[in-house]
Amino acid sequence: MGAKQVLTSPEDTIPYGFDGTAALKGPVGVVVLPGSTEEVAAVVKLANEQNIAIVTRGSGTGLSGGSIPSAGCIVLCLTRLDKILSVDAANLTVRAQCGAITAAIDAAANRHRLFYPPDPGSMKISTIGGNVAENSGGLRGLKYGVTRDYVMGLEVVLPDGRIAHFGNACVKDVAGYSMKDLFIGSEGTLGIITEILLKVLPRPAARRTMLASYDRMEDAAQTVSDIIAAKIIPCTLEFLDRMTIGCVEDYAKIGLPRDCEALLLMETDGHPAAVADEAEQMLTLARARGARDVRVARDDAEALQLASARRSAFSALARVRPTTILEDVTVPRDKLAEMVAFIADAAKKHNLLVGTFGHMGDGNLHPTFLTDERDTEEMARVHEALEDIVTKTLALGGTITGEHGVGLAKKAWLRRQVGENSHDLMREIKRAWDPRNLLNPGKIFD
Amino acid sequence: MKPSLKLLDYSILQQCMHCGMCLPACPTYDATKKERHSPRGRISLMRAVADDELKLTAAFADEMSYCLGCLACQTACPAGVDYSNLLETARTEAQSAGLNQTFTSRFWRAVTIRGLFMRPRLLRFAGRLLWLYQRLGLQTAFRKIGLSKLLPKDLRRLEPQCPTIATKFSPQLIRPLETPSKKTYRVALLTGCVQDLVFAEINRDTADVLLANGCEVHTPPVQPCCGSLHAHNGEADAAKTLAKRMIDLFPPSQFDAIITNAGGCGNHLRHYGALLADDHKYGPLAKFWDSKLRDIHEWMMEHGCRAPQAGLGDLTVTYHDSCHLTHGQKVTKQPRDLLRLIPGLKLVELPEANWCCGSAGIYNLTQPEQSEQLLVRKVGHVLATGASVLATANPGCHLQIARGLRQAGSPITLLQPVTLLARAYRAER
Repeated sequence: MGAKQVLTSPEDTIPYGFDGTAALKGPVGVVVLPGSTEEVAAVVKLANEQNIAIVTRGSGTGLSGGSIPSAGCIVLCLTRLDKILSVDAANLTVRAQCGAITAAIDAAANRHRLFYPPDPGSMKISTIGGNVAENSGGLRGLKYGVTRDYVMGLEVVLPDGRIAHFGNACVKDVAGYSMKDLFIGSEGTLGIITEILLKVLPRPAARRTMLASYDRMEDAAQTVSDIIAAKIIPCTLEFLDRMTIGCVEDYAKIGLPRDCEALLLMETDGHPAAVADEAEQMLTLARARGARDVRVARDDAEALQLASARRSAFSALARVRPTTILEDVTVPRDKLAEMVAFIADAAKKHNLLVGTFGHMGDGNLHPTFLTDERDTEEMARVHEALEDIVTKTLALGGTITGEHGVGLAKKAWLRRQVGENSHDLMREIKRAWDPRNLLNPGKIFD
Repeated sequence: MKPSLKLLDYSILQQCMHCGMCLPACPTYDATKKERHSPRGRISLMRAVADDELKLTAAFADEMSYCLGCLACQTACPAGVDYSNLLETARTEAQSAGLNQTFTSRFWRAVTIRGLFMRPRLLRFAGRLLWLYQRLGLQTAFRKIGLSKLLPKDLRRLEPQCPTIATKFSPQLIRPLETPSKKTYRVALLTGCVQDLVFAEINRDTADVLLANGCEVHTPPVQPCCGSLHAHNGEADAAKTLAKRMIDLFPPSQFDAIITNAGGCGNHLRHYGALLADDHKYGPLAKFWDSKLRDIHEWMMEHGCRAPQAGLGDLTVTYHDSCHLTHGQKVTKQPRDLLRLIPGLKLVELPEANWCCGSAGIYNLTQPEQSEQLLVRKVGHVLATGASVLATANPGCHLQIARGLRQAGSPITLLQPVTLLARAYRAER
């Protein structure tokens, strides 16, 4: 590797000390930017010889501290491996290097009228390798699932530097353990994903986007239940609470109503006749549940504007206070209204400012505390509120993280959620696989 | 007191939650894929300086100078980070620490920023000398006999980029007071520095467009530089002095609007309030000034610009957004709407219309390589539109892209939207 791709000066390395997670950063000694799988393998072999830990990162947009460097590690940044290698319209697959940008993959698929559905909030810059390592979700989870549902094959550099391939372009493949599934969501602790074979779908011929505003959050949640009960699976059912609406409108200036308690962003896609029919039904159901106003996006441009506005929610909330602590608790869909109300109460109880938004269709919530990391007393209250929220989530049969991963931010709660035996099994797998604990040490568990 | 990162309200630095949404919008990150060359990377360095984790180093100063200051990150940032303020503070701090200064860079700074651009009459005199040099064929002769090789390296590189100086400057084209047949508004017209020396005709066009829409136009013949060049290059004190001179010359209470037609100047001009916030005398006045400052396109569309009766024939036009007009002033729709008023004019959208062309103030002089890459990218997009005219509204972009089109041997003409509109009004007669 050329010297230009090894960074050691503080001006070069300080900007790799963090990712998209608030209030977390680590020391960086060296950043390496390999240009091929072979270079990645060479770095891993060297790290083995020298017993140096490796923390892998893509664009650094993660939200659980998964790519925060640990002391004395090599930061392995894979953004240069950014090629989309092929789009295979006959087999409905796309092959890409790990550093390819998520939105670019969908754009490449689109040129063949194909569709890559997972659309995490940071899709304009997130890398597909990071998406696979974190098993990212997005706004279309209800109908289309998450990143895992689209991974058909992986090329992985193992902790000892060997290069292995898992999976293939066959829809059916039961040869041996499904090893690729172990790497999806492994957060850089088991191997370094360098190339991905993705499944894509025919692009939906039609799409309609709607926005309903409510005076009560429960009515929005109930509308979602009504839609599911009517046997409709829309691709998107997103909500924003009042605080979030205000911040998003400050940024996007697209005329969102600031005076309502909840906004429900609904989108249906598919065959034009089915879309027209479903959209009509969804509008009727929303009105029947007391939606104050229902607006249908005029065209693709307005639909995109609404979805982009929703995607900016997390960052837009940062306008209010210096530090923005984002959570990712997820509950079974029918418990969502209860959970939203609980979060609001918890914020009140601990005297905190919270904005909540998320994926109403799949129960994935993003309560976001607006606080100041320099105020230790307030931060202590934030942690108390988080404890309450996690306890309630687990009591409702939910999960501490729906799509952001455990990383550093949620590892304190993992054991509580999965139980002692599963937690031990996970750690045993990690130890057997990476006995010297060189790959992303300290993430998911200690 | 000099602005410094440590004295800056920490919340401005802290506003960046490093989500990464700025990365795809940043031309220098796009070119290098290195975090240090991204907005959030630069902010992390500034924060490290403020937190005493990083000393003010030459590499830090280099990085601040490698930033185009295009402010595309401000448009992309959902969190509303005031990057422009951060960048100017960091550059001022690097400047006052005396980093990265060679004898020649100090010399040129003294001549231009501290010299010519502080003294409008002297600037015009220098412009006139340059005009003579160009007019008398000395430039051609100089180049032919290879004398330009004797110039110091910096000048040798810059000499071919030197724009052609206008035959007449603004005061020879615009009277201090011009009155329309039916007066509705009273406005001041800012003639700019480069705009005045190179594109004085565009100032005439601007005045004509204002007159055709019922504005009485006040154009004092000698106007100070707005100070944007100074603020962007770490000369905060000079920027303040110039802002005060500007406010003295154009008391905001006397006008319905103060009009600028240069995107880069405009973005600085409308933030005098923040620049002079600590000044008890000028602070409140500067805020008032900000409320009166309008970009020409913004002002025209705000008051229902009259559609010309005549067109300019069938004309396919594409539009390039100047960074500080679009990302700084958020004026994007108005120039396009203004162009669409012209009968027979077909506007085609330019791909990546709001991606920096590499001019970026004096960036094309300080960072020629990166600037050239951006120019080539821009010209490629312009050629692909098939338009015969490229419209843009900033002298820096105008010069830069015109040079790029010339290099590519393209016949596409570069005009500003007000010029096209003024020509259409003239065609009515």
